[in-house]
Amino acid sequence: MKTTTILGAVALAAVMTTGAMAETFKPAVVYDFGGRNDRSFNESAYKGALQFEERTGIRFRDFEIQNPSQREQALRNFARRGLDPIITIGFAQAAALEKVAKEFPDTHFAIVDSVVDLPNVRSIVFKESEGSFLVGLLAAMSSESNTISFVGGMDIPLIRKFSCGYKQGAKYAKPDIKIIENMTGTTGAAWTDPLKGGELARSQFARGADVVFHAAGLTGTGVLQAAADEGKLGIGVDSNQNHLHPGSVLTSMIKAVDVAVDKTMTDAKEGKWTSGVEVLGLAENGVSWSYDEYNKPLITAEMQSAVEKAKMDIISGKLEVHDYMVDSTCPF
Amino acid sequence: MSKGQLPRWVDYGVLPALNLLAAFIISGLVVIVIGEDPFEAVKWLVWGALGYGEGIGYTLYYATNFIFTGLAVAVAFHAGLFNIGGEGQVYLGGLGIGLVCLALDRYVPWWVTFPCAIIGGALFGAAWAFIPGYLQAKRGSHIVITTIMFNFIASALMVYLLSNILIPQGTMSPSSRTFEAGGQLPLLRNVFTSFDFGQSPVNLAFFLALAVCGVVWLLIWHTKLGYEIRSFGANPDASAYAGISPVRVTVITMLISGALAGLMGINVVMGEQTRLLLDFAGGAGFVGVAVALMGRGHPIGIILASMLFGLLYQGGAELAFEIPTISRDMIVVIQALVILFAGALEHMFRPAVAAFFNRFSSSTAEA
Repeated sequence: MKTTTILGAVALAAVMTTGAMAETFKPAVVYDFGGRNDRSFNESAYKGALQFEERTGIRFRDFEIQNPSQREQALRNFARRGLDPIITIGFAQAAALEKVAKEFPDTHFAIVDSVVDLPNVRSIVFKESEGSFLVGLLAAMSSESNTISFVGGMDIPLIRKFSCGYKQGAKYAKPDIKIIENMTGTTGAAWTDPLKGGELARSQFARGADVVFHAAGLTGTGVLQAAADEGKLGIGVDSNQNHLHPGSVLTSMIKAVDVAVDKTMTDAKEGKWTSGVEVLGLAENGVSWSYDEYNKPLITAEMQSAVEKAKMDIISGKLEVHDYMVDSTCPF
Repeated sequence: MSKGQLPRWVDYGVLPALNLLAAFIISGLVVIVIGEDPFEAVKWLVWGALGYGEGIGYTLYYATNFIFTGLAVAVAFHAGLFNIGGEGQVYLGGLGIGLVCLALDRYVPWWVTFPCAIIGGALFGAAWAFIPGYLQAKRGSHIVITTIMFNFIASALMVYLLSNILIPQGTMSPSSRTFEAGGQLPLLRNVFTSFDFGQSPVNLAFFLALAVCGVVWLLIWHTKLGYEIRSFGANPDASAYAGISPVRVTVITMLISGALAGLMGINVVMGEQTRLLLDFAGGAGFVGVAVALMGRGHPIGIILASMLFGLLYQGGAELAFEIPTISRDMIVVIQALVILFAGALEHMFRPAVAAFFNRFSSSTAEA
């Protein structure tokens, strides 16, 4: 009886301290155009924040911007109200963050997918090229027509980074492989157009491709659907999309934005904050290829050993994956 | 007295107010449905837009955008042309402005760059509107189709230029470098230091917008060209019979319309962002259609309608921020309802109001 009371008191105290923590520790997330529920990049960040909330009981605030002027406004609104840390999602936020982070030097900021060089900013960038290399290798190995394809959202540097790694990986496995590449559009709608994604994938299949990788946000769900409908293979991106069409999704190039967001909030809470650039690649598990019960039948032992070997070689530096950002060209 | 004729103050004052009220009542119902207090929502909306200096600054900043695009649509309306390519003309105008700023910002002060940027923006915007205008005049290609297609060509061109040519080496974001001081328009918070505009981006482009309103008013109602534009819009056949060249009026009107849209970049590119970036038009080209409709094609009306939409944009952002359950999609619904009632259904209350006035004040109406 007495022990239960003590335990109860301890639990109560714990709850109260968490409550008190919640008062002072208020993290915030600012998404880019796609918004919280884009089934892709922004949503991955949202999931990360949600994981943190569920684990710690600390509520976070978030904001979805509608036009470019709101980027600065949202950051400033959060900073003024004392939210800390403030995590911005997407390369497009860099300029706004640079301005606002200077105005609030005591607030901690983080940005995903871009580098802002200020003492109170943590910049988180991913080596998309490394993860894309691995899925490119798998795509080439499972292609029977010796033709694979890529559907990107928009022809911008970030997507070229995905595409370049994919091509290198594919050619590493089969030097003579043919790769077809298409971009969805030129406006924000390019990331939210599954119909068009499906059409592009179908036209690529008609040209002989039998494995397609997408880096196109919500548009990509149409790509994977088309692959499933036509009996071809799709490759997911950002989060593990293997379960969407079991047996038709070869693998997914996982970009662990959720882990990064969760970790950033946790670091800030536990006083382990570090500013500066954090580059997350295969070695840091920031990017990887997914392997689970849904795609197990599609990955042969030979493919698995080849991809694991490539992974080891990339981590050890024996195999160098070209990063599009270094020289703005893709030699493949 | 003919059916539906009303005193001007009713036409320009009471009817828009009624439409707005209807839009807000429906919005209020939607807010109730999602379980929030509509009065609380209105409070945040209005306070966010007008309650403090920074909010006012943002409202004026957005309004500046809409004045330019609203005028662009209105001028084309007067000639009976429906220019919905504002978005693309804004984008290209911004390119002209951006190129001028990139070329001059390191060598001359802003007041030298400013007039050059105005010319650059107007030229590029006009050039983008010229092709649809010419095709309409000479080939009969419908301007609604061509201008909206040109929006996509504009965005494709800008993505290409920003990711390949204007982007500084090694950066992720497809945008140009930030302009130096010589390419930055002074912000009102630095000009009028006595008024607290907070950190809002409202800049000298606001006054440019007001000046352009004056120019458009003079042009449409006090010049020969303006008369030609209006008569062509009222009756193309009659005006052609009277010796007004349809080709000339169509092309010139589209050039003016495109130039006006192109000037919006002064506010965003040279004033706020001080760099060229993707999607900076942010839908303002389309809001311009609603603004022009609501403002009845008159500069004063357009200024008022722009203020209203500026208020909705800024207040809406603030509302979404303060009440997270009201998402940005909800704000779009409210804006859409205003557009629906003020634009598409603008004549809904007219018969009732007309009947009311016919019965009670026929003498006023006749006068």
